[in-house]
Amino acid sequence: MLAGLLLIGVASLGLMGLGATSASAATATPTTACVANATTGCIQGTIKQGNGDPAVGVKLTVTTGGTTENLVTDAAGKWGVAITVTGPSTVTLDTTSLPSGNTLDPSIANPATVNGGLGRNAGTIFKLVSADSTGLSTAAPSPGDSTTTGSVTWERFLQQAASGIRLGLLLALASVGLSLIYGTTGLSNFAHGEQVTLGGLLAFVLANQLGLNLFLAAFLTVVVCAATGYFQDALIWKPLRKRGLPNTQLMIVTIGLSIALQYAFQFFIGAKTVRIDKANPVTVEIGPITLSVQSLWAMGIAVAVIILVGLFLLRSRIGRATRAVSDNPSLAAASGIDVDAIIRLVWTASAGLAGLAGVMLGLVLNGVNWQTGLQLLLLMFAAVTLGGLGTAFGALAGAMIIGMVVELTNLVLPGDFKYATALLILILVLLVRPQGIFGRRERIG
Amino acid sequence: MNEFLTTLTAIAASAFSPSTAALAIAAIGLNIHFGYTGLLNMGQAGFMLVGAYAFAISIVAGIPLFPAVLIALVAAAVFALILGVPTLKLRGDYLAIVTISAAEIVRMIGRSSLLTDITGGSNGLTGQSYRGPFTDLSFLGDGQTTLGPFTYDNTGSNGWWIRLVAWSIVGILCLFVFLLMRSPWGRVLRGIREDEDAIRSLGKNVYSYKMQALILGGTIGALGGIIYVLPASVQADSMGRSMTFFVWTALLLGGAATVFGPVLGSIIFFALRLFVQGIAGQFVPDSIMNGQQAEQFSWILIGVVLMLVVIFRPQGVLGNKKEPELQCQLTSDSPPPRPRPPPPPPRASPP
Repeated sequence: MLAGLLLIGVASLGLMGLGATSASAATATPTTACVANATTGCIQGTIKQGNGDPAVGVKLTVTTGGTTENLVTDAAGKWGVAITVTGPSTVTLDTTSLPSGNTLDPSIANPATVNGGLGRNAGTIFKLVSADSTGLSTAAPSPGDSTTTGSVTWERFLQQAASGIRLGLLLALASVGLSLIYGTTGLSNFAHGEQVTLGGLLAFVLANQLGLNLFLAAFLTVVVCAATGYFQDALIWKPLRKRGLPNTQLMIVTIGLSIALQYAFQFFIGAKTVRIDKANPVTVEIGPITLSVQSLWAMGIAVAVIILVGLFLLRSRIGRATRAVSDNPSLAAASGIDVDAIIRLVWTASAGLAGLAGVMLGLVLNGVNWQTGLQLLLLMFAAVTLGGLGTAFGALAGAMIIGMVVELTNLVLPGDFKYATALLILILVLLVRPQGIFGRRERIG
Repeated sequence: MNEFLTTLTAIAASAFSPSTAALAIAAIGLNIHFGYTGLLNMGQAGFMLVGAYAFAISIVAGIPLFPAVLIALVAAAVFALILGVPTLKLRGDYLAIVTISAAEIVRMIGRSSLLTDITGGSNGLTGQSYRGPFTDLSFLGDGQTTLGPFTYDNTGSNGWWIRLVAWSIVGILCLFVFLLMRSPWGRVLRGIREDEDAIRSLGKNVYSYKMQALILGGTIGALGGIIYVLPASVQADSMGRSMTFFVWTALLLGGAATVFGPVLGSIIFFALRLFVQGIAGQFVPDSIMNGQQAEQFSWILIGVVLMLVVIFRPQGVLGNKKEPELQCQLTSDSPPPRPRPPPPPPRASPP
């Protein structure tokens, strides 16, 4: 995993270099990568800005036994170097190269000493803090900025809130399907995260490797993902339902599928993080908020798709039938609804939506890897449970809340905890209102 | 052919390695949760991690070995209590979602840079920092011993001593589970798995029994975590979700609700993986599949095997399909329609 992270760093550095010389060579995957083995060790790390975004272009110097290497962090804020001798290395951070508004946390030693060794990965953490949050900034706050507290500024709050809405929307896209599948079949699909990953990785292959237009690639990805949903139901889930396999057993089958898919992704793509779009993201500033153009597109598309899904569920005949099956499959069947056809549709749509979410997540988060979906799955479960298992609109509301909470946690806690708070909320919700916001009491039985 | 022998030796070595024993112990704990009580604990790795951290941190803080183990077990019990209170009254999937989430929280907190002084952050705690008291107990002395093709240190970090202790614990736990599940307490657990309402109607406090089972299985999981880290190091990421899924695979492979199922399952799990890796490494040219891909391929196969086992042989290798309890034990919310006995013939109405 760590080696994989480093690999990304080296790969993207290599890509930058290649891209400068010839555009056609940019698709070639560089073979230089630091994999810790008997003769090589790795020193690496990730530098993040005070607001949690990666710190790009930070200069570092690594000195090991007399050799000095100069490094620059890549688009994900990652840096790394291979060493061939065991012993302490000195890592120096060039504080003048830090992104504006950031300073090194005073409690972190610079230069830092890392005890690297052959055959293993070692790292050090340079924690950056936003200048305003350390109170070092003497710049006059803008008028009406009376809400500024010691560490949480109004600007940072707005920025994180915007990221929260962004994450919430994408999470909603991904989790509506999870909730609908649960509603119509009673199955907690642990392989749903892999559908998201599949979307991101397919878009990488189509847009980055094959060089298709981004929108065309996204469209094709969604179509292929939807097809995987269709065939998954046709080949695996429907026959198993017909066999009368109980849901708990089916759930374990989805876990097996999830393991198989994760390693299949690694088998074909590798453990590295890949970027869907080769170009560097262009950012726009809306008041105090900075977002990439792709984020805005993603949010717009997500809103549009969510509205479409909502209208479909509320207004169309099939949508009503879907909700009926979700409510009570036997009753729906008795009133003449073809439950199997509805379930097939739900699987297809869910996989398609998850794929779309994967594409946009990949664009927004600057890359996807084999465990993107895995990390998202828990947030999806939290969102779906919060909203009420099996209710589509509950999933939307839950996703927005979870997205917001995850990003706003960053204001007060370091990035490691941002997922933890979402899961903590999940546990608290179960204590207080186990049926979720939109769920009904009888469902939890 | 020589290489093939090497593969076989590696498989045999892994069959009795400490990590296999650790996985087996964790699977025995999970067996009490899932196999006997029907609880869907998707966070067994979280219990292992809690145990490993509590143990290692206690030793580093200067606490002797046995109190440190006790602290680890208590920590796991508290963890189980926290998870059980909100979920054990709800339907099975809620426990699954909460345990998987809680295990992730433990992992994230463990690797957080805020706690680097205590947990070592993402680098973890090295084995040397807490192994001392354990190896000091060894009565095997120094030097190496060779048994057949296997040569290990008598006591060292990953030698015969840890193997002896680990497999002794596995043996003791198997006996313990065997006796426990024959006891009235074990019968109540199985009853809960079969039909919660029936047990409730007998006046048993189902919630309390489930909680006891969760705590017991969780502390056994913590013990597995301790064994897992003793020859290695405590690293939060080594006991993430994949570990939970491996424990599940091992349990289901061997056979849930059997005494030796978890042990056999763990051995098969590691052997199968190494076997596939070894075969792929030797007979598939590098151009098609390199070493790393061979490893990934073995994991893909594990996932597929898990699916196939659950679909076609849910009772595992050791389980008995005819045993009625195994038929129902996997059904938590929607039992398949059971054949009803034919209605009794209408009685002739009395004149």
